[in-house]
Amino acid sequence: MAGKTKKNSKNVKVDQHKLNIGLAQMLKGGVIMDVVTPDQAKLAEDAGACSVMALERVPSDIRAAGGVARMSHVKLIESICKAVSIPVMAKVRIGHFVEAQILESIGVDYIDESEVLTPADEQFHIQKNNFKTPFVCGARNLGEAVRRIHEGAAMIRTKGEAGTGDIVEAVRHMRTINEEIISLNKMSAVKLNKKAKEMRVPIAILKDIRKNKKLPVVNFAAGGIATPADAALMMQLGSEGVFVGSGIFKSSEQYREQLTLAKSIVKAVTNYDKPDILRNVSSKITSTMKGQSADSLVNNEKLSMRGN
Amino acid sequence: MKKNTNYPTIGVLGLQGDFQEHIEILTKLQIPYIKVTSSEDLDKINGLIIPGGESTTIIKLLKTNNIFKKLKKKIQLGLPTWGTCAGAIVLAKKVTGLKLETLKILEIDVARNAYGRQKESFSADVSIPKLNKNRFPGIFIRAPKINKISSKIKPIAKLKNGEIVGIEEKNIIVTTFHPELTQDDSLHKYFLKKISH
Repeated sequence: MAGKTKKNSKNVKVDQHKLNIGLAQMLKGGVIMDVVTPDQAKLAEDAGACSVMALERVPSDIRAAGGVARMSHVKLIESICKAVSIPVMAKVRIGHFVEAQILESIGVDYIDESEVLTPADEQFHIQKNNFKTPFVCGARNLGEAVRRIHEGAAMIRTKGEAGTGDIVEAVRHMRTINEEIISLNKMSAVKLNKKAKEMRVPIAILKDIRKNKKLPVVNFAAGGIATPADAALMMQLGSEGVFVGSGIFKSSEQYREQLTLAKSIVKAVTNYDKPDILRNVSSKITSTMKGQSADSLVNNEKLSMRGN
Repeated sequence: MKKNTNYPTIGVLGLQGDFQEHIEILTKLQIPYIKVTSSEDLDKINGLIIPGGESTTIIKLLKTNNIFKKLKKKIQLGLPTWGTCAGAIVLAKKVTGLKLETLKILEIDVARNAYGRQKESFSADVSIPKLNKNRFPGIFIRAPKINKISSKIKPIAKLKNGEIVGIEEKNIIVTTFHPELTQDDSLHKYFLKKISH
């Protein structure tokens, strides 16, 4: 009997993981927008965002403010959940499983264990398999992506360099992951085994990736996307959807301009391989985020260096 | 296996959502398909699948990509159409929890996210008598609920508790679950039978 119960509970976990990967599959081809108020969340929904990320401050403001960045205020997240009918995500610090427990209790649809907040644990990420709520995690390369997937992440995004409006890091991370996936193809069994050890991951996941030529979960782009062209660039590089952080609400103070930019990015992601439509949506943009080149940051200012 | 070169082309609405998963099943069944993202694409197809995804996003993109009106007309004129999950919302006449105008084609009342947030997403056996299946793997992700159907409409899929999760009316099929996320392609085959050569 005990054996049977154990098997059932394992099945329940497998089922839940499938449902959690499934929600990410529903988000594909869509734009997930950072919002800091219920009004911004409504603007995002009106623009056609497939989900919103509820935050106290967008990454560029977190960068400017300094100090310790933590999970957003519970009441803020709750008010954003009430304001929109699309899925709501929220961020927790790397390794801070209690913040994650709180977000699960609120009922957010996805938890982002994010390098944008100040890490809580230098050694361990959250054991995401212990949660019912799905997690998305950032990655700079295949090893990071697979470690997060092994811990239970149901969705991966590039780390990019959040809050800069500079796309260069997101491009690097997407290209790196893709190239590393392709390189698995040529590896002998011995080499693949060595690679798995190097990456500190089970070889089974690498074998699965090699066979399917893609990650076993959905892979989005994030970190530095500021224009419709940036979003389409990431899609053409193989990303399955995009996160836009500071890009929209740091482009302008004007509601109308923000809405136009948000709508344009949504349309650009759908039509990412149609230059005529991209030209058309780009022509409507009057204002974009000023930004800061990722290259000008020293290593300890780079959020993407957090977590491994 | 011989290629179905003479087979009609299926369109998969590719604005947002899990259209790729439907495309993979059609590819496996060797059915010609195109990804539909413009109104011109609608002229090239003999049947349409509206995939899962975020219904608000899909409806907005139907409008901004100028597909909405023509699609509505095509379906009303008999284009075989299958909506999975978000697709059900897009086709429904009345939707609780949505401020946007849907295609308003099917006489059904649908409630969005009726089971709750992601924590309440679930999988369950679905019975589909037409396919002789008692245990079709039903995957329900932030799924809508069909609250009311007109007397003309036939339920084709139910949960154990009798709840209707799939219906058929003339050229249209709607399921609130996601067969495209499973290995079971029997509903895809059933839909393909609706399309005349």
